[in-house]
Amino acid sequence: MIALVIRRLLQSLAVMLVVSLLAFVMFRYAGDPVNQMVGAETTAAERQAVRESLGLDQPTLVQFARYVGRVVTLDFGVSYQFRQPVTKLLAERLSATLELSFVAALISLFAGIVLGVYSALNPRGRISSLLQSVSLVGVSLPTFLIGILLIYIFSVSLGWLPAFGRNGLIPVTENWSTGLLTIEGWKSLFLPAITLGLFQMTLIMRLVRSEMLEVLRTDFIKFGVARGLPRARLYFRHALKNTLVPVITVVGLQIGSIIAFSIITETVFQWPGMGLLFLQAVQNVDIPIISTYLLLIALLFVTVNLIVDLIYNFIDPRLKDAAS
Amino acid sequence: MAEASSDTTKPAEQSLRARIADNDIFIDFRRNRLVMFATALLVVILGASLLAPWIAPTDPFDPLSLDIMNSNLPPVWQADGQWPFLLGTDDQGRDMLSAVLYGLRVSIIISALGVFLAAAIGICLGVLAGYFGGFLDAFIMRVADIQLTFPAILIALLIDGLLHGMLPSLTRESSASWVIIISIGLSFWVQYARTIRSSTMVERKKDYVNAARLFGLPPVAIMARHILPNVMGPVLVILTINFGLAIITEATLSYLGVGLPPMQPSLGTLIRIGQEFLFSGEWWIVAFPGIALAALVLTINLLGDWLRDALNPRLR
Amino acid sequence: MSETILSVENLRVEFETRRGTLVALDDISFSIAKGEVLGVVGESGAGKSMTGAAIMHLIPRPGRIAGGRILLGDQRIDNLDRTGIEAIRGRRIGMIFQDPLTSLNPLMTVGDHLTETIRVHLPLNRRQARARAIELLEEVGIPDPAVRIDSYPHEFSGGQRQRVVIALALCAEPELVIADEPTTALDVSVQAQIIKLIRKLCSTRGTAFMLITHDMGMIAETADRVAVMYAGKVAEIGKVSQVVGAPLHPYAQGLMGAIPSLDNEEPRLRQIPGSMPSLTALPDGCSFHPRCERAMDICRQRAPALLGAIDHKVACHLYEREEVAA
Repeated sequence: MIALVIRRLLQSLAVMLVVSLLAFVMFRYAGDPVNQMVGAETTAAERQAVRESLGLDQPTLVQFARYVGRVVTLDFGVSYQFRQPVTKLLAERLSATLELSFVAALISLFAGIVLGVYSALNPRGRISSLLQSVSLVGVSLPTFLIGILLIYIFSVSLGWLPAFGRNGLIPVTENWSTGLLTIEGWKSLFLPAITLGLFQMTLIMRLVRSEMLEVLRTDFIKFGVARGLPRARLYFRHALKNTLVPVITVVGLQIGSIIAFSIITETVFQWPGMGLLFLQAVQNVDIPIISTYLLLIALLFVTVNLIVDLIYNFIDPRLKDAAS
Repeated sequence: MAEASSDTTKPAEQSLRARIADNDIFIDFRRNRLVMFATALLVVILGASLLAPWIAPTDPFDPLSLDIMNSNLPPVWQADGQWPFLLGTDDQGRDMLSAVLYGLRVSIIISALGVFLAAAIGICLGVLAGYFGGFLDAFIMRVADIQLTFPAILIALLIDGLLHGMLPSLTRESSASWVIIISIGLSFWVQYARTIRSSTMVERKKDYVNAARLFGLPPVAIMARHILPNVMGPVLVILTINFGLAIITEATLSYLGVGLPPMQPSLGTLIRIGQEFLFSGEWWIVAFPGIALAALVLTINLLGDWLRDALNPRLR
Repeated sequence: MSETILSVENLRVEFETRRGTLVALDDISFSIAKGEVLGVVGESGAGKSMTGAAIMHLIPRPGRIAGGRILLGDQRIDNLDRTGIEAIRGRRIGMIFQDPLTSLNPLMTVGDHLTETIRVHLPLNRRQARARAIELLEEVGIPDPAVRIDSYPHEFSGGQRQRVVIALALCAEPELVIADEPTTALDVSVQAQIIKLIRKLCSTRGTAFMLITHDMGMIAETADRVAVMYAGKVAEIGKVSQVVGAPLHPYAQGLMGAIPSLDNEEPRLRQIPGSMPSLTALPDGCSFHPRCERAMDICRQRAPALLGAIDHKVACHLYEREEVAA
């Protein structure tokens, strides 16, 4: 088990190194950093001074090593647009994105599993076929359209919830303020979280349903029925656990989608998170922010994959033996 | 199971028409009213949008045809509605029906080109990986695995940002459609490559390929003339499903403002512009592009879902 | 004959499909006595497994029992509701499936499987159930059961897994075990061990077995009586010595001819020409007539009835006439 963890950690490290090479190449060669930092009337000598002070005259390998060194100490350079350290800009917005993604993921996981199991157990029921149709609509509607629809219903027509922004914040530390402690905070979080979670929820629901139907067809369930085991026990003890093994993998991979869709959701609701910052960076070709965002997402992916692998091993005894 | 085997027991001399009428997929199609309806609607949408320059009441992007006096008119069935603006007008007096038809047209053409690019990349890499195996195969599939974990939108955004970073002279107006097509192509090739690769690996071991190799045909000819026609089966289903995804991707990029510019608006651009008017009560400016987008994607997905199930009886 | 545990009378199973009604089982009758092994043989698709599934209410959709009766002791079980049949499954009738690799939940230990099943059927606490599980494993021949009980299914060999499956079927001491191709997925040497185990359980516990197989050799070794099935019907039923030694039905004769034997004078194996018709295209009359070397006109017109003495019956016009004449 420990050998497995170490091996996985080393693999993750390798992936991160490759991604940081990519980020470095972007940072260094997509656009001239010097041009972005100095004004138009700067002399050639001054430019050269800036170049040297940034270490851009050094060999590429040295520059990459320095880049990695800076990344490890959380120094990601200065944003072209805001003339502020990228680290500070991202840190200010980290809490907004994390709270939104976390709540959305919880909603989608919980509702997705419950509804998926229900429609697998009653495949011919009226509610199940309704759920299937609704989920097809849910998968077909682009996230931003769902968000706009929700704004129209709950903000414009009913006036129950705010249409955009993040309110009711209580500062916890210098860079971290939370909206989870006030009613107002929850009110402004509600619509974005539903919008972000809905697509994942339909996906998880469909996946749980088809996996569970597959498991219910297997011999060991048939044998369980023939042994006279009660339905509830077969469904929730035997079938559900076997269903969750593949579901965990996909849910892990879906973390990437939650982040991608958080860019969209944050745009629809003007939610001041990292996604909105990234989008502005793409529009204004603010390479330091783009490359840092890439690194951050890669780190998240690698971490989630690591956790998924470990959960997997914990659940499935066959893998534990294969690993040791 | 019984349905799948029944085709082979049919006498061969049946006419084509009778065979189609007796074909299980066709029977299933006739029975499935929802799919029939979706297909009919899809044909109408595709037809209307492709013919937009000829059937749309006005050319919404010809500034001369716009009259500011006609701005913000609601649809005709509302109290203040006016003919000929069936679906109302936006703040510049642009006819919404024409805008939606032209927007559909842009969305459909760009997405289709993107999907075809993705299919071309995926099929080529898939056949290469499956035919040669070894390092090339491992490399291509490793890249595919990694890419599959990143959502298409994110990849498209990164590609967009990078292209503009490396080529500062690129303006959004001139390059936007190509950037989107390339982004879609590079985001969706993986599924084709995986499917084609596995069927190529099966075909490669068959006698007719060995025979072609003995004749001394070069690998390119074997792949293109012998293997390719035999592995193209599933491509249709993937194309259909990907087409829906590509339309969503294009619309989303345009909505986010990195896609098509207002000069050449797709549905996503129209929705981004229209969202502001939601709060001032002009709901129709955002509603009709939204409905058109939803109907387009939904009908494509219904058809794709049904195709996948019909061609894969095991899943039924 | 000793007391009858299970009797099936004129059982008929139909499948409603969009291409019409398929008759999967037609007029099936047989009985099983305490401690007896009834072999059920036939080609795949003959309805052997369907018969077992019908008894347990496990017929896949859209199949249903369309006629006949099934009696367990004196109780009619073909018309039970879900709770009714759940009280029978595992408790009074056990069932074993073909593939021991897939019959066990990969995420649960063997002990979890056994104690779970025991506690569902018997009023034992966790410790007592575990003790009983170890006893059962011992009885089916798992070495070192007190240690092995905490292993996962993938840590057992195929033969051992089938022993575990048998132990699971025996948890609540059922009167009858339906074994659907219990050895097909196993190595030949392991097959013999499982057959020996089944025989041992019959004699020590008095458990009756309904042994579904396509392997005539296994029937000859294991069963007391045998029913030969063809296209959803019973073609011949009787004592093993009679049906295997002197089969009457031309199909049964063909099947026996297909057993390789060292002291057989014939230079090569006989085989039955053609293949069994599918249920969608059953011929009129006796469904075996297109493959039968001795088919007569009447075989093409009318299906024969299952007739004969109590302990040996056959459904064939060749013998029906003798009966009428006698």
